[in-house]
Amino acid sequence: MIKGSRAPLPLLVPALIGLVFLVLPLIALLVRTPWARLPELLTGAEVWQALRLSLVCATAATAVSLVIGVPLAWLLARVEFPGRGLVRALVTLPLVLPPVVGGVALLMALGRNGVVGRYLDDWFGVTLPFTTAGVVVAEAFVAMPFLVISVEGTLRAADPRFEEAAATLGASRFTAFRRVTLPLIAPGIAAGAVLAWARALGEFGATITFAGNFPGRTQTMPLAVYLALQSDPDAAIALSLVLLTVSVAVLAGLRDRWMTAS
Amino acid sequence: MTGLDARLVVDRGAFRLDVTLTAAPGEVVALLGPNGAGKTTALRALAGLTPLTEGRLLLDGEVLDRMPAEKRPVGVVFQDYLLFPHLSALDNVAFGPRCRGASKAEARTQAALWLERMGLSAHAAARPRRLSGGQAQRVALARALATRPRLLLLDEPLAALDARTRLAVRAELRRRLADFEAVAVLVTHDPLDAMVLADRLVVVEEGRVVQEGTPSDIARRPRTDYIADLVGLNLYRGQAEGHTVRVTDGPVITTVEDFTGDAFVAFPPVAVTVHRTRPADTSARNLWRCEVAGLETHADRIRADLTGDLRLTADLTAAAAADLDLRPGAEVWATVKATQTHAYPA
Repeated sequence: MIKGSRAPLPLLVPALIGLVFLVLPLIALLVRTPWARLPELLTGAEVWQALRLSLVCATAATAVSLVIGVPLAWLLARVEFPGRGLVRALVTLPLVLPPVVGGVALLMALGRNGVVGRYLDDWFGVTLPFTTAGVVVAEAFVAMPFLVISVEGTLRAADPRFEEAAATLGASRFTAFRRVTLPLIAPGIAAGAVLAWARALGEFGATITFAGNFPGRTQTMPLAVYLALQSDPDAAIALSLVLLTVSVAVLAGLRDRWMTAS
Repeated sequence: MTGLDARLVVDRGAFRLDVTLTAAPGEVVALLGPNGAGKTTALRALAGLTPLTEGRLLLDGEVLDRMPAEKRPVGVVFQDYLLFPHLSALDNVAFGPRCRGASKAEARTQAALWLERMGLSAHAAARPRRLSGGQAQRVALARALATRPRLLLLDEPLAALDARTRLAVRAELRRRLADFEAVAVLVTHDPLDAMVLADRLVVVEEGRVVQEGTPSDIARRPRTDYIADLVGLNLYRGQAEGHTVRVTDGPVITTVEDFTGDAFVAFPPVAVTVHRTRPADTSARNLWRCEVAGLETHADRIRADLTGDLRLTADLTAAAAADLDLRPGAEVWATVKATQTHAYPA
């Protein structure tokens, strides 16, 4: 950083506009919050139902992402196989894919007449679309890439020679992963999990497409906000405030990792 | 056959490692060579971390070639130790026994015993980052030994230590290696480490073994410039005929040995006497006209690089160098007594 010299205006002005652009809407949300009605708005049964569903589904989606996403990240980071670049691109695709498209794609795969869903229905009587489990599936589909990318990055930064040291001590690759690699990358996994959880909590497009909007079953907070906006804007603002609070809490939890410039 | 019997061939693009290595139980062998010579690759091949392109690897008669690293009865002390940072010293040492089937309590009991032997009982609960360099090295050694390996590998075991610690740790490591009943192979680019720690040296350059023998043998009779440099000798190759050796593309050196054929001649830099004018009455049998190519200070001595009839290095006291008014480009005469040279068959 150059100290004592002023930032040139052609950079400073757009920078400040950018800052205002990002912060102003959040301030507006606070300004327009009907503070007096807030207790009444937030104590409605539907609100708690939606919030509870959101938390449960986001947590379940994160758990699913951990169970299958961490091994996937390990595969991408540690095993050389043909087409690895392509696989990584495919894993990353849901990051940039419009969530609605993800929802449609999930319907095509897991819907009652879907490529796989038909057999799930016929053989096991399992139906995913428009159920709470479907919400978890939609959220996991959108959120898991965040976890995979984060964990893979941590794995690449971790010294693979620790795994070699474990091997010379008699550890199989799985034991080395479980007893050496996993503890070493735990902070990266935690950060990835929080990121995935936050993404799952805010998930809208894929959820409404694949799981619908049934209060108590598939109506998560973002869906409730959208619906409330049509009938009771104050309620929408109140619900948004809750989500904003959760987001700020997540960011505060991660501040050591991401908010200190490295 | 007991002990190690290996031919390690590893192809790595343009680089090819091809070394044959044998060692008896109880023997400590040092792979010595410059950086990039392939020493660490050889060690990794022995440990099973790098696959052999071809060759064989037998340990006490058992074929290890295709055995995965985790199944080999081999212990490794890595250059920077690679102690698991999230485990205590005790759990680091217990890791191996645990992987090889011991119960948690059993593994810890064994680990505690190893730490005690290393004089580290007080540090059993410490995380690796709380340990000093010397302590970390001992934990790494204990961790490798706790699996009761029949082949112990050490990669630059003293490189991570500062000069003062190094001296003490080197002496201690020598003691522990001497006590080790199985084969130990260590890799180093430091001739002093190699000579203190090992019973036998195998010198590797550009992926090949260029010389092997006892430390004193190699120090007295180097066969390549690299080793001659390491042990501080002037080294020439030529044809011996009686008491003389005709250096390839160079002058004749008179020696005391008497034989015929391909030969090396070596003499230390202190054996060289430098004169400013041609000495009239010298008893030295070897006299060459040279030019000073460079001067550098070596402890309390001046080391002169000479070119001319013969390329050689000469050690002088600072006073002698001042008296002679030596500077780069100066013309000088160098003499070496025949009794100061050492010739041996190539």
